[in-house]
Amino acid sequence: MTAWEFSAVVWGLSFLAGFLGALTGLGGGVIVVPALALALGVNIKYAIGASLVSVIATSSGAAAAYVREGFSNIRIGMFLEIATTLGAILGAFLAARVGTHALAIIFGLVLIQAAYHSFKGAPEGDQPIESDSLSRRLRLASSYPVDGKAQEYGVRNVPAGFGLMFGAGTLSGLLGIGSGAVKVIAMDRVMRIPFKVSTTTSNFMIGVTAAASAGIYLSRGFIDPRVAMPVMLGVLAGALLGAKVLVHARVRTLRTVFAVVILALAIEMIVSGLTGKV
Amino acid sequence: MNDRRLETIIGRLLQIGVLIAAATVFAGGILYLIQSPSGHVDYRNFAPGSPSLNSFSGIVLSAAHFQSLGLIQLGLLLLIATPVARVAMAVTGFALERDRLYTVVSLIVLVILAFSLIHAT
Repeated sequence: MTAWEFSAVVWGLSFLAGFLGALTGLGGGVIVVPALALALGVNIKYAIGASLVSVIATSSGAAAAYVREGFSNIRIGMFLEIATTLGAILGAFLAARVGTHALAIIFGLVLIQAAYHSFKGAPEGDQPIESDSLSRRLRLASSYPVDGKAQEYGVRNVPAGFGLMFGAGTLSGLLGIGSGAVKVIAMDRVMRIPFKVSTTTSNFMIGVTAAASAGIYLSRGFIDPRVAMPVMLGVLAGALLGAKVLVHARVRTLRTVFAVVILALAIEMIVSGLTGKV
Repeated sequence: MNDRRLETIIGRLLQIGVLIAAATVFAGGILYLIQSPSGHVDYRNFAPGSPSLNSFSGIVLSAAHFQSLGLIQLGLLLLIATPVARVAMAVTGFALERDRLYTVVSLIVLVILAFSLIHAT
């Protein structure tokens, strides 16, 4: 492929990835990395470097919209970012040391988890709970709008959530993805934060987490401008469009289709990693 | 100044930052494609790349000479700066709210980010 063809094809793939990633809430990274590595034969280190910067673009670009909805909790986000940024630095150092085959296999395993998460969808209804003593001392409790009224909620199990967030950060730094799915699990399932608050706070955290590994990626040469340019512009445009049509889309059906696609990519990543093709 | 108002201002600033970054990457990308040789591109093998594209000073210098790849990297640096700016603004915001605990929490995050970015200098 010439530079023009490569840029056009990568832009198109990234646009699609950003669009689907915004609709399903999983982010564009989980599709863009396997698409670049499997379909176009791009080295996985360049793929995850380009994906990481596009993760920052979508997170920062959507920030204003999420704030308007009034769901995200900046205190919870900021506190947990201590864990995700430390994890991201560890992940980025590991990414420089781990071989490309191993990266492909780990990526495939994470994709299987994302497919499962996408297939299951959002949990039904949230029962607000009381904060435990540590959450009270950290003043993490807040309220969010439900049917136009402010609904109070509490927070629990901060140490377990903090630990899981460190893991989410490590995966993000290792694979160049937002790892939003793991962040949501940590907040929603473990810390018992309402689902809507968890997803929007996760989006807020994704950009900061990715920025923590970006410096290391840059100095190790993972961010090649010729690959990152079409990926970042494509994912950003796709994500902005995805956020616009989100209201009208039949998300349930889409999530199921998405889960199947991701599962297929997961298997191909693992097989390619094992046979040494990626 | 409450959390909500602060976040709205920060959200808007971030969007502007992303647009400036995207415009810079786009300009560099167009320049790169115009100048690109007609040969085939291949990214199968990983090579750590040149310091002029992997460090702050190298990128700024290369972008100042209107080199296409340097411009793209400058745009990406601006992009990486947006979440860092967000945390820095949160530090200021919490300090204005006289919230000592969260001023310290956001300062810790800022220090961690600074540690990572110093790696790129």
